[in-house]
Amino acid sequence: MNQPREQEVPPRLALAHISKSFPGVKANDDISLSVRPGEIHALLGENGAGKSTLVKIIYGVQQADEGTISWNGSPVSIPSPKAARRLGIGMVFQHFSLFDAMTVIENIALGLDEAVDREALKGQVAAILQSYSLPLDPEREVHTLSVGERQRIEIVRCLLQKPKLLIMDEPTSVLTPQEVERLFATLRQIAAEGCSILYISHKLSEIKALCDSATILRGGRVVATCDPKVETTRRMAELMIGAELRRIEHGRASGAGAVRLAVSGLSLPGAPPFGTDLREIAFEARAGEILGIAGVAGNGQAELLTALSGERPATAPDAIRLDGKPIGLEGAGARRTLGLSCVPEERNGHAAVPDFSLAENGILTARHRLPLAPHGIISRGAVRRFADGVIKLFDVRTTGSAAPARSLSGGNLQKFIMGREIGQQPAVLVVSQPTWGVDAGAAAAIRQELVDLAAKGSAVVVISQDLDELLELADRLCVINEGRLSTPRPVASLGIDEIGLMMGGIHGAGEQAEAAHA
Amino acid sequence: MLEWRRRREPSTPMLWLSPLIAIGLTMLAGMLVFTAMGYDGFHAVGSIFVTPFAEPQRWADIGVKAAPLVLIALGLAIGFRANVWNIGAEGQYVMGAIAGTGVALATYDMSGWWILPAMALAGILGGMAWAAIPALLRVKLQVSEILTSLMLTYVAVQFLFFLVRGPWKDPDGFNFPQTRMFTADQTLPTIMEGSLVHIGIPVALLLAVIAWLLMEKTTAGYAVKVVGLAPAAARHGGFSAARTTWATMLLSGGLAGLAGLFEAAGPFGQLTPQFPVGYGFTAIIVAFLGRLSPLGIIFGGLVLAGTYVGGEIAQSTVRLPQAATGLFQAMLLFMLLATDVLVRWRIVWKRRAA
Ligand SMILES: Nc1ncnc2c1ncn2[C@@H]1O[C@H](COP(=O)(O)OP(=O)(O)OP(=O)(O)O)[C@@H](O)[C@H]1O
Ligand SMILES: [Mg+2]
Repeated sequence: MNQPREQEVPPRLALAHISKSFPGVKANDDISLSVRPGEIHALLGENGAGKSTLVKIIYGVQQADEGTISWNGSPVSIPSPKAARRLGIGMVFQHFSLFDAMTVIENIALGLDEAVDREALKGQVAAILQSYSLPLDPEREVHTLSVGERQRIEIVRCLLQKPKLLIMDEPTSVLTPQEVERLFATLRQIAAEGCSILYISHKLSEIKALCDSATILRGGRVVATCDPKVETTRRMAELMIGAELRRIEHGRASGAGAVRLAVSGLSLPGAPPFGTDLREIAFEARAGEILGIAGVAGNGQAELLTALSGERPATAPDAIRLDGKPIGLEGAGARRTLGLSCVPEERNGHAAVPDFSLAENGILTARHRLPLAPHGIISRGAVRRFADGVIKLFDVRTTGSAAPARSLSGGNLQKFIMGREIGQQPAVLVVSQPTWGVDAGAAAAIRQELVDLAAKGSAVVVISQDLDELLELADRLCVINEGRLSTPRPVASLGIDEIGLMMGGIHGAGEQAEAAHA
Repeated sequence: MLEWRRRREPSTPMLWLSPLIAIGLTMLAGMLVFTAMGYDGFHAVGSIFVTPFAEPQRWADIGVKAAPLVLIALGLAIGFRANVWNIGAEGQYVMGAIAGTGVALATYDMSGWWILPAMALAGILGGMAWAAIPALLRVKLQVSEILTSLMLTYVAVQFLFFLVRGPWKDPDGFNFPQTRMFTADQTLPTIMEGSLVHIGIPVALLLAVIAWLLMEKTTAGYAVKVVGLAPAAARHGGFSAARTTWATMLLSGGLAGLAGLFEAAGPFGQLTPQFPVGYGFTAIIVAFLGRLSPLGIIFGGLVLAGTYVGGEIAQSTVRLPQAATGLFQAMLLFMLLATDVLVRWRIVWKRRAA
C-alpha cells in the first residue's frame, strides 16, 4: 500500500502549525502533519501527549487556537462535527454512543444527520455489511452484542456517509485478538478504496501490522515521524517517552504464600436489565501472587468486581473471606478498612467522580485506611498531601491536585486511580483493566507496581482482556465466561491458543457461525 | 446571526451571574406585563424589588420573612445536591407548627424556660416525621419523593384546618377557627425592642454557616455531593444512597418543621387557617437562586422575602393585586431556569457565511 509519493495529488488532510491550550497545559503545540488519500496514518504518544485533542480538532469537536487545516489542498474551517461529516470526515470514539434497548438499525438511524427512509437505510446498511463482509445482524438489540459488534455499528454509521477520512481513537483496547484481526481486515479494505485513516493506539505491534506511517507526539509536539513497518516497537516506545523503556522485574518468590482472598460458591443474579449472573464463582488468591482473570467483555467481569468490592454484597458471609475472616455481607467501606481494595474498569463516574478535583477523588476510597477525614472532618492538608504524593509517585501528568478529574487524559486518570489504591498498601488488590488506555511507558510502570505490591505480600487479582498483559503479569490464570470462572492454572502450563479458546467460549463460536453466513 | 455554542466547561462566573440576570429580566418582564395590563408597571417593579431594601424601616420585616425561607431552603438545597427532591417542605412546615403547637396547648397552664425548647424540638420532630413518609417510600419501594412529598402537603394543610376548627379551637375564641394565643413562655423572644425581629433570624444565619461547614468540611457533606453527582462512584466509595436519602429528607423535614414552629411561636402566636402562606414552596426558588449553596441561600432568602414585603407595598402604592407577589416569584424561577442555560452554553454573534 506504500505507493511512491505523487507530488501532483494534494494530501487528503494537511495540518499546519496547529496549537491548542487548556488552562495550564499546551495540549497541542505547533503540530503539522499530512495524510495522503488511502493512507493509514498512526498517531502515537504517551498519555496526555495530545492525540485525542488533535483528532477532536479535526473532527470539529474542539477548535484550534492557531494553525490551519487543509482538506484536499484547500484551507477549511471545521466548526462542528456536522461540518466535519459534511466534508467527509468520520470518527469512531472509544466510548460508543449506543442505546442498549434498541436494535442496530434503529441506532444507526438515530445517528444520522438527515432523516432517511427506513427501508432505503436498511438496503444501504445491508450493502455495506455485504461489501466489507462485516458480521452484524441489523435487527439484533444492542445489549446482546459483543463490544466488537458494537464497534461495527459505529463503523457502519461512518461508512454510510462515504467518508474520505476515518478517525479511530483507541479502537482496539476492548477487543479480543480475533475481533482485532477482523477490524484490521475491514480497515485495510476501506483504505484500499481510497479513504484515509487516522489511527490512535497504544498497542505498537498493531500499528506495525496496520499502518503506513506514524507521527509521534510528546508533550503536545511532534517529536518524530517514522515508518512503523521498519521501526521496532521498542524504538517507537522509546521515541514516545523520550527515554529507555523499563523492563518488568519479577523479583518475587512466587506461589506458596498464605491464602489472603478466598471466594467460594459466590452466586449473584445480574442487575437488570442486561447484567450477567455470577454462578458458583470459586478461587483463592495467595500472598505474593498475581492471579489473572481473562475473558471477553460482558461475561461477568463487572459483576464480579462489584461483588468483591462490596458494592453488591454476597448472600452468605463466607462466600468471600479475607485473611480467613468472612466478609461476604460487609459493605464497600468495611471491606476496604479490612484491606480489600478494588478498581473497576470504568474510570469516569465509577472509580472517580469527573467533577471532583483529584484531591477530592482521593477521599472517595482512601479515607478508610488513611487519616484523611478523622471523625468525619475532612483534613484539607492531609487530602492534598496524599493526592500530591500519588501524582508524584505515579507520574500523573496534570496541573495539580486541584485539577478536576475530567480534565485529565484517560491514561493519566487511570494512573492516578491505580496510585490511589496501591498507595494504601491493601492486603488484596482486585483490578479490572489496569492499563486500559495507558501508554506503553506508564503501563510498564503500573505493572511493575502490581508486581512489587505482590512481592511485599499482598495478593493481586487482575481482570483483563489483554492476554499479553496477563501472560506477562500473572502466576496463575483462569477465564470468566458467561458468569462462570474456570479453575485457575499456572500460566507456565498454558499455551496461548488454549487460553484464546477458553476465552472465545460462546461468543467466539457465534461469530464464526455468522462469518460463515456472510 | 446569533448562535448557541456549547461551552467546554460549565462557566463558574455565569453560575453566579445567572441569578442576577434572572432578577433583571424578571423586573423587565414584570414592568412590561403590568404596564400592558394598565397598571403603573415601573412603580410596581420599584415597589417590589427596590423599596423594601431602600427603606430601613422595612428591614425588620424582610428579616422576619427571610428567616423561615432560609431555614427551609437550607435543608432542601442539601437534599437537591444529593438528587433527593423534597418538594413538600410546605407540609413539613405545617406539621412542625402543629407538633409544636401541640406541646404549647399541653403546657398551657405551666411556666418555665423549658417550654419553648420543648416546642422547638417537637417542631423539628413533626417535620421529620412528615418527611419520613416519602423517604421510606422512596428507599423501600422506589416511589418518587417528588409526588409523595407534594401530595402529603395537602394532607398536612387539611389536618391543620381540622384541628383549628375542631379539637384545638380556642374555647374562649368566639367560635373563630383558631387555637389559643400562646403564652409569654411559649413565644419567641424578640431581639429588638418593639419589633417583630425574633430569635429565629440569628438562628437561621447560624444554621446557614453550620450547613456550609457540613457541606464543605465533613465526610457527610462529601457523601451528599458524591451521591448526587455519581451514584456508582458513591457506591464504590462505600456511601449508601439509602442512608443519604434518609438523612437529607429528615434534615430538610426537620428544618422545615423548625421554621414552622418559629412562625407559629413568632409572628402568628397561634395557629389559624391562614397559617400556610407557601414559604415551603417559595423556599425552592430561594434554594436555586442561592445556587444550592448555604451562603448563597442567605442572599436568595433576602430577595424573596423582599418580594413578599414589596408585594404588600405595591398593593397600596399602585393597587397591584395580592396575587402579583406569587406571579413575580414564579417569573423569577422561570427566568432563572432559562438563564441557567448560559452556564453551559454561550451565545456568539456570527456573520452568516456567504
Ligand atoms: N477539556 C480539557 N480541559 C483541560 N485540559 C484538558 C482537556 N482535554 C485535554 N486536556 C489536557 O490536554 C492534554 C492532552 O490530552 P489528550 O486527551 O489529548 O491526551 P491523549 O494523548 O489523548 O492521552 P491518552 O492516551 O491518555 O488518551 C492533557 O494534559 C490533558 O490533561
Ligand atoms: Mg486520548
